[in-house]
Amino acid sequence: MKPRYFEYHQPTSIDDVLELLSEYGDEAKILAGGQSLIPMLNFRIASPAHLIDINGVAGLDQLNLTPEGVQIGATARQRTVENAPEIALSYPLVRRALVQVAHPQIRNRGTFCGSVAHADASAELPSVVLALGAQIIARSSRGERTIPAKDFFEFHLVTALSADELVVEIQLPPLAAGSNGTYVEIARRAGDFALAGVAAQAVIDEGGTVQSLRMACSGVGPVPQLLEEAAQLAIGSDLSDELLLEIDNIVRTTIDPPDDVHASANYRRVVTGTVVRRALKQLRDESGSNHD
Amino acid sequence: MTDTTTISSGHKTVTGTGVKRREDRRLLTGEGKFLDDLNFSEFLEAAIVRSTVAHARVRSIDVSGAIDLPGVAGVYTAGDLEELLQNLPPKVVHPDMSHRVRFPIVLDEACYVGEIIAVVVAENRRIAEDAVDLVIVDYEPLPVVASTASALDKDGPIAHLDAPDNVCVHITQKAGDPDGALLSAPHVLSETFVISRGGGHSMEGRAVAARFDEVAGELTVWDATQAPHYARQMLAVFYEMTEDQIRVIAPEDVGGGFGPKAQFYGEEVLIPFLAKKLGRPIKWIEDRWENFVSSAPERTQTHRMSVGFDDEGKLIVIKDIFEHDQGAYCLGLQVPSITMSTLPGPYKIANIHSELFSCYTNMVPTSSLRGAGRPQAVYVMERMMDRIAEHLGIAPEEVRRRNLIQADEFPYAVGLLFRDGSPLTYDSGNYPGLLEKAESRIDLSAFRDRQIRERKEGRFLGVGIGMCVEGTGLGPYEGARVRLTNFGRIMLTLAAAPQGQGYQTVYAQLAADALNLDMDVIDVRHGDTGNIPFGQGTFGSRVTANAAPAVVDACTQLKGDLVKAASMLLGVPVDQIELSGTGAFVVDDPERTMSLLEITRAFNVGRHGIAVKPGSPVGLERTAYFTPERAAYSSSINICVVEVDPETGMVELLRSVLVHDCGTVLNPLLVDGQVYGGFAHGVGNALYEEMHFDESGQPQTVSYLDYALPGALELVTPELVDQETPSPLNPLGVKGVGESGTIPTPAAIANAVEDALRPFGARFNRLPITPMRVLDALGVLD
Repeated sequence: MKPRYFEYHQPTSIDDVLELLSEYGDEAKILAGGQSLIPMLNFRIASPAHLIDINGVAGLDQLNLTPEGVQIGATARQRTVENAPEIALSYPLVRRALVQVAHPQIRNRGTFCGSVAHADASAELPSVVLALGAQIIARSSRGERTIPAKDFFEFHLVTALSADELVVEIQLPPLAAGSNGTYVEIARRAGDFALAGVAAQAVIDEGGTVQSLRMACSGVGPVPQLLEEAAQLAIGSDLSDELLLEIDNIVRTTIDPPDDVHASANYRRVVTGTVVRRALKQLRDESGSNHD
Repeated sequence: MTDTTTISSGHKTVTGTGVKRREDRRLLTGEGKFLDDLNFSEFLEAAIVRSTVAHARVRSIDVSGAIDLPGVAGVYTAGDLEELLQNLPPKVVHPDMSHRVRFPIVLDEACYVGEIIAVVVAENRRIAEDAVDLVIVDYEPLPVVASTASALDKDGPIAHLDAPDNVCVHITQKAGDPDGALLSAPHVLSETFVISRGGGHSMEGRAVAARFDEVAGELTVWDATQAPHYARQMLAVFYEMTEDQIRVIAPEDVGGGFGPKAQFYGEEVLIPFLAKKLGRPIKWIEDRWENFVSSAPERTQTHRMSVGFDDEGKLIVIKDIFEHDQGAYCLGLQVPSITMSTLPGPYKIANIHSELFSCYTNMVPTSSLRGAGRPQAVYVMERMMDRIAEHLGIAPEEVRRRNLIQADEFPYAVGLLFRDGSPLTYDSGNYPGLLEKAESRIDLSAFRDRQIRERKEGRFLGVGIGMCVEGTGLGPYEGARVRLTNFGRIMLTLAAAPQGQGYQTVYAQLAADALNLDMDVIDVRHGDTGNIPFGQGTFGSRVTANAAPAVVDACTQLKGDLVKAASMLLGVPVDQIELSGTGAFVVDDPERTMSLLEITRAFNVGRHGIAVKPGSPVGLERTAYFTPERAAYSSSINICVVEVDPETGMVELLRSVLVHDCGTVLNPLLVDGQVYGGFAHGVGNALYEEMHFDESGQPQTVSYLDYALPGALELVTPELVDQETPSPLNPLGVKGVGESGTIPTPAAIANAVEDALRPFGARFNRLPITPMRVLDALGVLD
C-alpha cells in the first residue's frame, strides 16, 4: 500500500496550477484535501505521474456569502463550511448533509469542491449541489467557464471537467425567502457512504403548499439523480401523509440502484423511497403549517 | 545509604486494585515501540506477490522484469527456496483428520487468493511493491470451492488437486441417548443458523523482521506474534538449527492480537531465511489489504440444531450438526472443537449430540478469533432458548433459570470432551447469580412495560439475553523468571508476550505483593525467547491462569532467598527479617535495614576472588512454571436492549448489561478494558462484520470501505457488573476474561432484534443482522 512513483508539485498561484495542468493533463491529479485521492494512490487505484498540491495557493480557501449567493473556494474545508453560522442559517441542507459526510477528522481536511469534483455517486455533496442548482466554476489556461451542477456529473467519478481544468469555486445560488432544505440518509455506520440518501430543497408557503422542490438522491446510480417526477407530484400539494406514501412508491419505481456487498438493489429502492418520504415530512413539519 | 522509612514502613497490597497501566503513557504519547519502529539503516524491505486466483495450477512465474528494477535486491519463488518446502503443521489435530500440505510458499498449486507466490526484497517498500506489479504469473484456473455447502456437495468442486474430497474431519460427540430422547421429548424445535465471524482487525497487522549474525551464527527475529516461543520452535525445525541459535522477540508493543497472531505463517519462515541468505536484515510489514487476504479470520459456520424439552421448558436433548470452514488449509481444529464443547453452556442437558463436518475451501485459512468458536455455539444455544420461551409462552429468563447448573453442583461433568481431549468438567461458577444480577440491573419488568408503550407509538424496542460458559487458562504451562539485578531492582521476565493486555502493570502488582516490595522497584519484560527459554504464548484467555501462579511462585522463592541474604548480612535469624519497600529490615529493630542494592552487591555482583560464606544465596534468580490440571471456566451474561427501525432495517444498540465472572480479579481496570474490547468484537459479529467472497473465491471485502468494522459511534458502553467465583484449579483462583465480552454478545443482540420485531414474527437466523436482512425478514423486499 505505497503509491507508485509520482512527481509532486506545489504551485503557489492559480496560474501556475493551470500551467501545470495544461502541461500534464491526464497525467496529473489535483491534491486538495486528499481524503479520497490519497487512499486511491495507496491502493494504486489511481497512479498519476504528477500530483499538483493546491493547498499552497493563497486565496483559494474563501467562503463568501453575498446577496448573489455563496462562493466556496477550491480549498475551503468541509468543516469550515459546516461550521459557518451563515451556512447553518441560510443553507440548512448544506450543514445537514455535511455532518453526515465521513467523520469530523476527515472533514477537517476534506474540501467541499474536492468532493464534488471527485464525483462519487454515493457521496452526499454531489446530490447537494444538484438539489441546490449550484454552479461549478472551472478554469484552465484557455479561460473560465461555468458548469451547472446538472451538467457536471457524467458517470461515477467522471465529470464534465477537461483534463486541464481546475474547479476554482462552487457557487450556491441565493435562495428564495422561506426556502428550506434537508439531507436524510441511511448508512450502515456513522460516516459511511449512504445506502440511500436524498438532498431536498423546497419552498413551502404559509398555507403549507409546496411552491418549489428539488430533490437529488445519492447511491442509486452512476451519478446523483434528480427526482423530477416525484417533485412534480409534490409541487402544489400540502404533502399529506397519503401523498408522501404515493411519492415514496413513485421513487421506488423510478430509480434503478446497484447491487453490492452492502445492500441489494431492492433494499436501496425501498429505503430511498423511505428517506425521500422522511425528508419531505421533515420539511413539511418545519414549515410550521398544521396538518392535523 | 538507604532511607529506612522506605524499607520498614510496611507493605500495602496492590493486587486487586485498579493500578493504572504503566504502558499507557508511552502508548498515548506516541512513544510505543512497535516492530515497524525498528530502523536499522541497512534494512531491506519485502513485499509479497500473492495469488490473484482462488484455485489454479501455477504454470510459470516470470520475475525478470521485477529483478531488473533498480533497487530490487532479489525476487524469490518456491524454485529458489527448496529447503523451505516443508509442511506448516496444524496446531490442534484429530486422528481422523485428512491433512493438506501447506508450504510457506506456493510450489505449483495456489489454493486461495492471497497465498504467497513470490517474495520481493528491495531497498524500500515502494520499490518492492513496484516490483510485485512486474511479476507475471501464468495461472491455469481450477474449479473453486467458495462455501462450506459447495465443499460438502458430493458432486461439487474439490479444493485441492490431489484430494478425494473436501472433508477435513467428521467428528461426533454424544452424551446420553440423544436420538432416543428426541423421539420421546414432548416438544422438539429445529432451526438452521448461519454465523459469520470476521477477522481480528488488530490495529497493527502482522510483521516480521530478521537479522543474521554470521560471526555468532545467531538469527534474531522480531515478530509481532502472540507466541514467540512457538515461532522459535517452528523456525528451529524449518532451519534445522537449535533453539539457542534463534532468538525470537515480540516487540515491547504489539498492536493487538485477538487470535490471528497466535498462528504461524509462511512470511515468518521466508523473511528470516532471506535475511540470512542475503546477509542483510529484512523487514516485512503486513499492510491492511494483506491483512484482509492473508491473516487468518474465523468466517462461517452453518448449524442445524434441534432441541427437545418438556412442558416446563426443561431441556431434555440437544442435537447440533454443523459445518465449519477451515479454508484452504487446516491451521488447527481448535475453533470447531471449541464450538462442539461450548454448545451446552450453563445448562443441565442429559442428552447431547454434537457433530462436526469441517471442510476445506478455496478461501484464506481460518483460525481462532477472540471467542474462538464459542460465540457461534452460544448463538445457536441461546437462540433456541428464546424459541423455547416463545413456544411455551414463558419468559426467556425463566426458561434459562429452570435449566441452569446450580452453584452447588461443581465440579460439573458435561459428558463431552474439551479441545485438549480432557473431559469437559466445569470447575466452578454461579450461573443463577449471573442471571439474577443482570436481571435486576436491567429491570426487565420495567423494560417490558415500556416496550408495550413504545410499540403503540410505532417504536420497536427489544431485549435479548446471551449466557455463556468459557474454558480458559489452558495448559500446558507458562513461566516466569525473577531476578535481583546488579543495580538493586527486581526484573520479572515473562515468557508470554502481550498485545495490549497490560502485563507490565498487573504482573508488577503480583510480584510486589509476593515479594512484599514496592511496585516501583519491579520491572517487567516479556516476549523474548533470549530471556527465558520456555513459553507457550498468549491465546485462549490462558495467560493469567498460567503466568500469574508462576510469577507468585518464582517471587515467593526469591523472597526466601532475599530474606536469607538479609539475615546473613545483618547477622540475625531469618525469622527476624521482613521485606518491605526497597529492602529488608529487622522485625525487632526496624531501624536496622538492608537494601536490595546492598544485597545484590554482596551476593550477585560479588567481589572477584573473595569467598562468601558457604551456603550463601548467590545468583539471586528464580524461575517457575505453572501447569494447570485443566481449563478454568469463566462465565458471563449479556442482556442487550435495541431499537429497530422497521422501515430501514437499522438496529440501534441502546443498552448492554454485562455480568462476568473471571474468578479473582487482579486489576479491575484491566478486566473492564478486556470486557469492553471483547464486547466491541461481539457487536461487530452481531450487526456489521462479514467477509464476502464471490463464486470464484474472490474476496469482496478487502478494505474498511467495504468491510463494516464498528467504530466508537456504533457502540454503547456496556454496564459491567462483576461476580467473583474463584477457580480451585490455581492458587490465585483466577480465570480468563479476554473473551467474556465477545462470546454472549451476538446471541444477546440477535435475541433482542427478534424480540423487538416479535409483532411481525420476523426471524433472524443469520449473522450479521444487516439492515437489508432485517427488511428481508420483514417481507418488505419481496
